[in-house]
Amino acid sequence: MAKSIDVSDLDIYYGDFKAVEGVNMTIRAKAVTAFIGPSGCGKSTFLRALNRMHEVIPGARVEGKVIVSGQSLYEPGIDPVAVRRQIGMVFQRPNPFPTMSIYENVLAGMRLNSKKISKSDADAIVERSLQGANLWTEVKDRLSKPGMGLSGGQQQRLCIARAIAVSPEVLLMDEPCSALDPISTSAIEDLIHELKSEYTIVIVTHNMQQAARVSDDTGFFNLKATGEPGHLVEFNPTNKMFTNPDEESTEAYISGRFG
Amino acid sequence: MLSSTEATGKPVVRLGDRLFSGTARLAAMLIMVALAGVAVFLVVEGLPGLSAPADIYRPADDFWSYVGPLVWGTVLAAVVALVIAIPFSVGLALFISHYAPPRIAGPIAYVIDLLAAIPSVVYGLWGGLALAHWMTPSINWLYDNLGFIPFFAGPPSVTGRTMLTAGIVLSIMVIPITTAISREVFAQTPRLHEEAAMALGATRWETIRLAVFPYAKSGVVSGVMLGLGRALGETMAVAMVLSATPVVTLNLISNSNPATIASNIAANYKEATPDRQSLLIATGLVLFIVTFVVNFIARLIVARSERNVTR
Repeated sequence: MAKSIDVSDLDIYYGDFKAVEGVNMTIRAKAVTAFIGPSGCGKSTFLRALNRMHEVIPGARVEGKVIVSGQSLYEPGIDPVAVRRQIGMVFQRPNPFPTMSIYENVLAGMRLNSKKISKSDADAIVERSLQGANLWTEVKDRLSKPGMGLSGGQQQRLCIARAIAVSPEVLLMDEPCSALDPISTSAIEDLIHELKSEYTIVIVTHNMQQAARVSDDTGFFNLKATGEPGHLVEFNPTNKMFTNPDEESTEAYISGRFG
Repeated sequence: MLSSTEATGKPVVRLGDRLFSGTARLAAMLIMVALAGVAVFLVVEGLPGLSAPADIYRPADDFWSYVGPLVWGTVLAAVVALVIAIPFSVGLALFISHYAPPRIAGPIAYVIDLLAAIPSVVYGLWGGLALAHWMTPSINWLYDNLGFIPFFAGPPSVTGRTMLTAGIVLSIMVIPITTAISREVFAQTPRLHEEAAMALGATRWETIRLAVFPYAKSGVVSGVMLGLGRALGETMAVAMVLSATPVVTLNLISNSNPATIASNIAANYKEATPDRQSLLIATGLVLFIVTFVVNFIARLIVARSERNVTR
């Protein structure tokens, strides 16, 4: 049930500080959309605004619209908890729940959403999610071991399994490979390729090769100047972005002349 | 600089490091020495109290029947205090760390810390004079409606000076300590874990259950242990609320309540004969041991639950 996301004229504020200004874009369903740009340009903030995770920070608010399959996320009656159940998130550093086993970690979201799951259903969900995250064969014999005992790359795939266990419509990834070694990174990138047949995926990355490898569309964020809000410079299919971008500053950033 | 180490072949030791580690070691050893000193004093001075002539133990006949009701009273008062204090402390700490806006959380935390600074005599006065008086209607209500539970078997005290009142006074003394420590560990929950829960669509309470409690469990137990120490050892507050009878009873609302070890020592030590004094010191030794055992059991429980988590 992947959904597309329409963003129009989105401004994001932290208190009085305007962090991101005037973003318009359409994120396609069942595709990978990558955001690139220098640090502090608001791409992570923007990503978090897509499932209202930025509200964790006191004083954070948005103006503008984010519409997921006809439903605006910021209507007054919308519960951010419900939004996050539809739009999952994977973080920069792997964060399995330290007190839970691998099995329980995968089920954590399910346990919140539905009161009772039968043992056989639970087993099926755990196997399906871990297989979906390409982790099943590595952990199937030690599901009762703590999630923290896995390697960093495995932990991150466990977090992805946990996120897809609740069957979200969209999966947001905030620099999911920045704390991982190249082999784990490549495992996650392969996984992203597979996941896009079922989910709409949005990924923030500092690694331009990664954006080029995994994404179908790319958005380039930048600051107009220091202290000014971040904005979306260019949003185009990844191919075009990396060969013949519309904006000169995009080309400058991608070719390494700045940033 | 490098060549000088190679020349002497000795590892470089900085004066500051040595000074600091020496001071830290000294402090650690001093505490152990003080603790050992107390234990030795209690054993040496208290031993005669274990086998004194029978009339020393009046109204009881021997040491164990003398100290039994006191141990019972000590543990009962502490348990009542903790049963009341733990939910309040954890709730308060959560409110301060996760629910209240910072503008309110700061002042509340400050006021609760202040509670810890009030001397126990003052709590005792308040408990014996004011709280006991206010408690009488509640005690009658408990007797009328819940009298079938052994705790409220009555007959209800007319003065309100009951074990329940003492427990409430103690709980108010325990709450600041337990709250302060719980609040600190709740606030230190890694943001990463809380965000993991929230991104799965956890509500505020579910986030706390999923990310905060598992992380903070052992810290909260530490806070409760410190509070328990205060409740077990409290003298004046209990002595001023309860008029003691050497009985072993579950009844929390009657007129006959056992004293606690500490309050019994405080109430009797001044006018005691030397024999009687060593008896009181021997009860102190028992309290010392009870405290150790309780702490040890609590640590064991925490260690076990943490082992389950990591292995």
